[in-house]
Amino acid sequence: MIPDINPFLLFFASIFTSNILLTNFLGMCSFISISRDLSSSNGLGMAVTMVMTITTAVNWIVEKYILKPFGLDYLRYIVYIIVIAAVVQMLEMIIDRISPNLYMVLGIFLPLITVNCAILGVALFMQLRNYGFVQSVFFAFGSGLGWWLAIVLLAAIRKRVDNAPVPAPLKGIGITLITIGIMAMAFMGFAGMIKVQ
Amino acid sequence: MSVFIAPLIVAGLTTALAIVITIVDAIVNNYGEVQIDINNGKRVLKVRGGAPLLTTLSSEGIFVPSACGGRGSCGACKVKVLSDVGPYLPTEIPYMSKEEIAKNIRLSCQIKVKKPIKIELPEELFNIRKFKGIVESLKDVTYDIKEVRIRLVEPAEISFKAGQYAQLVIPPYDNIRESTQRAYSISSPPSDKNHVEFLIRLVPGGIATTYVHKYMKEGDVLELVGPFGDFYMRDTNADMIMVAGGSGMAPIKSILLDMYERGITHRRVWYFFGARSGRDLYYLELFRELEKHWPNFKFIPALSEPRPEDNWDGEVGLITTVLERYLESIIPKDNSKEGYLCGSPGMINACIQVFERFGIKEVYYDKFA
Repeated sequence: MIPDINPFLLFFASIFTSNILLTNFLGMCSFISISRDLSSSNGLGMAVTMVMTITTAVNWIVEKYILKPFGLDYLRYIVYIIVIAAVVQMLEMIIDRISPNLYMVLGIFLPLITVNCAILGVALFMQLRNYGFVQSVFFAFGSGLGWWLAIVLLAAIRKRVDNAPVPAPLKGIGITLITIGIMAMAFMGFAGMIKVQ
Repeated sequence: MSVFIAPLIVAGLTTALAIVITIVDAIVNNYGEVQIDINNGKRVLKVRGGAPLLTTLSSEGIFVPSACGGRGSCGACKVKVLSDVGPYLPTEIPYMSKEEIAKNIRLSCQIKVKKPIKIELPEELFNIRKFKGIVESLKDVTYDIKEVRIRLVEPAEISFKAGQYAQLVIPPYDNIRESTQRAYSISSPPSDKNHVEFLIRLVPGGIATTYVHKYMKEGDVLELVGPFGDFYMRDTNADMIMVAGGSGMAPIKSILLDMYERGITHRRVWYFFGARSGRDLYYLELFRELEKHWPNFKFIPALSEPRPEDNWDGEVGLITTVLERYLESIIPKDNSKEGYLCGSPGMINACIQVFERFGIKEVYYDKFA
């Protein structure tokens, strides 16, 4: 059964109240490693948003017209990953041709995104929560923007933390994880305000 | 039957995606015929677009020097581009100085030929050719350096300046799937037009050196491209102070033999060769012999860690210390000096500092990185 949730509501919910990164903690690896630099964070956030939206739409179609009818639910993980990898590959070629400037910004991140678990996570959530096509696309787009927002926020905070007197044992990843924890608590305040499933 | 459905569907889906990718690739990466204008219309090439400039040019018989063979790790294949080819890539920036960026000099292995492009190349690049040769002899001159002598077949003659280098094309072998190119200095004199000789030291894990040491056999056919480089004897009357280590012997040997053969023996030459212990020394007899026939030539081998069994009675110490001592008290100061260095970057940088201290400004070098 498709849940009765307005796609627009779902869109805003996935940015703020159930941010994929800060409530589900998905996509942490690139989140921590890339957030050192604000402009790379921006590029990666943009790439994640784009890939997430497109792959979720494709995966929704694959799920509905191929996996479900043949009863292949157990192959979902493998198939989703294959689709994501293929879509990323094509996107890379198309962006290179259409906009070399955008490719300059996103180029090195695109292959990295193939194995970003937030993207697989969004595809799996949309299946788990039985979203319809429009809901899925809004949910994925919102989640991508949410991820983008979170990484840019973290990059900005880390820039400040760099100049702060951090105790030696906590320097680097330590203080970053603590920062993320506090950010997550702030986002937690919104949790449950909007129903997502 | 149901057993087959899952594999069939996954295979079908993967195939479909692969086909779509191939189609997208064929459409998106098809740039059609593109024109390359070299030196303001002196040469105009019509090529298939989409590939890097370096490989596009080499497929047309124009060989831009590149020590790494297009992987973007040596920074040698710089070319001045006159038309717009997009912003600098992150892979180019580390190799570019501010002046080079101002002149729009690019790494030709990193920029792709997608639209008509205008470039400038030095005239001598047009003399560079691809040679086919046969490995005539392979000799171990030390435990880790091989002397490789190649007889040229097609074309059968090469003309180069002593001290220049050529790029050896290493074919795919073992689990190395692609052919690679590596630059090696020519150690034979230019008078031997039908042969080129290289001195190749085994670098653990090195693709090309492992091939030469473990796989190459006498009679093998291989390709090389050259000559390249601006490390050669300058035509002056200054005293020459040459320093080499390891396989850095190669270009110096070529230069010295060439000078001797051409009768340029009025110039005073000191050749310092640094090695760790006796087993790293080679060609001693050759240079001792040369000393006898050429009074102005002095060969000074030095060992930094001689072992008891070496029975060494020559110079001991780091090559820079020995060089310093000679410049201080043995080499006469009445004439201007030129430095010629060849070896590891560490050795070269240390020697340049020594030369600076003695006010020797004309220093030429070839770094083996």
